[in-house]
Amino acid sequence: MSPIIEVAGLWTQFGDHIVHKDLNLTVMPGEVVSLVGGSGSGKTTLMRQILGLEQPTRGTVKVFGIPLRGTSTQTVQKIRKRWGVLFQEGALYSALSVFDNIALPLRELRAFDADFIHDMVMLKLDMVDIERRHAAKMPSDLSGGMIKRIALARALVLEPELVFLDEPTAGLDPDRSESFVKLIRSLHQKLNLTVVMVTHDLDTLVSLSDKIAVLAEQKLIVYGSLQEAIAVKHPFILNFFLGERGLRALSAVSGLGQLSSKH
Amino acid sequence: MTNNNMQPAPLQAILDPTVAESRAGDGSPAVMLTGAWDIRALEARAKLLKSRLKLLSADAGRQWDLSSIQRLDHIGALLLWQAWGKRRPAQLVLAPGHEVFFSNLDAATGAAPKAPFDPLRLVRTLGSGMLLAYEHFIGMVQLIGQILLDSFALLRHPLRGPWREISASVFRVGTQALGITALVGFLIGVVLSYLSAEQLKAFGANIFIINLLGMGIIRELGPVIAAVLVAGRSGSAITAQLGVMRVTEELDALSVMGIPHTVRLILPKIVALALAMPLLILWTSGIALIGGALAASAQLGISVNSFMSGLPGAVPTVNIWLAMGKGVVFGALIALVACHFGLRVQPNTESLGIGTTNSVVTSITAVIIADAIFAVIFSDVGISLS
Repeated sequence: MSPIIEVAGLWTQFGDHIVHKDLNLTVMPGEVVSLVGGSGSGKTTLMRQILGLEQPTRGTVKVFGIPLRGTSTQTVQKIRKRWGVLFQEGALYSALSVFDNIALPLRELRAFDADFIHDMVMLKLDMVDIERRHAAKMPSDLSGGMIKRIALARALVLEPELVFLDEPTAGLDPDRSESFVKLIRSLHQKLNLTVVMVTHDLDTLVSLSDKIAVLAEQKLIVYGSLQEAIAVKHPFILNFFLGERGLRALSAVSGLGQLSSKH
Repeated sequence: MTNNNMQPAPLQAILDPTVAESRAGDGSPAVMLTGAWDIRALEARAKLLKSRLKLLSADAGRQWDLSSIQRLDHIGALLLWQAWGKRRPAQLVLAPGHEVFFSNLDAATGAAPKAPFDPLRLVRTLGSGMLLAYEHFIGMVQLIGQILLDSFALLRHPLRGPWREISASVFRVGTQALGITALVGFLIGVVLSYLSAEQLKAFGANIFIINLLGMGIIRELGPVIAAVLVAGRSGSAITAQLGVMRVTEELDALSVMGIPHTVRLILPKIVALALAMPLLILWTSGIALIGGALAASAQLGISVNSFMSGLPGAVPTVNIWLAMGKGVVFGALIALVACHFGLRVQPNTESLGIGTTNSVVTSITAVIIADAIFAVIFSDVGISLS
């Protein structure tokens, strides 16, 4: 199987400040990859570079095997229809109702009639557990949790193969963040998605990720399963995973609690 | 987490979606669908396929064989579902793993909830419009009252006043507006002078260009042009600034710190505009007169020197005080309207845009109404008939 995302030899530099130094990352189809790292380690920058919102100083980013740089605009547009992005604050268009927000990408295709779009939007609302009566509301009338769910529905409406989640559970209360994690997991299983997410939340990280990419010292210091990540003795990892909060989250996963307590 | 239904990469190429009619084992009509039925494949031919499928599904006894579909997603499933008339056909064969796409269609594709017909819609629209106007009126009165209270407090404790904010605002609305008001004023002066010169020449009344331009620009045009420019330039900026502060909850942050935003944000803008506007009017009128004088010397041969020396005789000094009085009123009006609309912005981007537009339109209208009131009240002040 060919990788979905291939980042090779990526450098990012802002003036004298080097954010990424010769960074490599490969994501295979069906994987859930979490990017973690301290503030300013360039997680969000890396994600924006994969999305083509920012240009790396050097290096290549290939998505679906196609480099984003130096490819025709039409091809890039085609790639962009094959992925969905959930922004941290949802980024719902505040001038459009919930229904129109989700319908917008479908309408842009100009391939489907109004009846089809209506049913598709309702289907996606059901999928993210939003009641239909909310469809006519404006984003400003919704709670943070609902905005995230609706933004996820919008990200999924074009049936993407690849989904990016930026801090999917930030700003949600524990109960809602748990149900959001469950939602993402069930959608991942159902729709055969590849997921790349940036997160600070250990519970989300532990319960969703197949692979963890730890960004520190301008590169990926670990890229592997949770067990592999914990096994590396690096100050950031010791703090992040094996601090008090980390151990609490890890102990929720059977087997890992004993493993981590050896350290 | 491992994926349960992840399939191995297909070795054969992905084919276009195709519909083939065939016969089932018992001789009954059947349809066999093959190829990829996902968004990528359907994007280009959804409408064509849908009508074809609808035609086929008219025969209720037909057997549907979907087992050789290579790829399926919700888009494809919904397309089929709609072609079937939103129900499952009696005889349906699905590939393993594709069942999931049809499982929740039943619930999702109910009838669209239609807005009920409202015979009183017109009355309701009119009523809500009037209520809105009333709300604006009350809001404006409250704002003016609050500003007056704040001004009295300021007079009692002048040292605690927002002097720094006022001076910053004077710089923004006054100093930085000098360029644009000069340019527009100069051009208006030139155009007006050229237009009038043609008419005056016909009557041999060349010298009256001084009276015409002097009165017209100093008394009316200068104040109105400067006010319209400032309303467009600073009024919109004030509304947008307050609106963004509402969106980002900065206004609430000020309130909870016990800092009244009328004193810190609104009062300085009103004071600054009331101070800067008369000065801007003098500046605009002056430049416009220079433009007019230059055009008059080119067109009518009246030298700039004689134009300027004739001006005091043609325009009584009280007109300048009248213009500056207008400036104070116009400036305060523009700032009040801009702040009023800025504070009403709802925390979303669309409201910000509407608020800014309304603010500019309303403040320009208010300026022109105020100018008309001035014209009526002072109709016999400063107009010499000599």
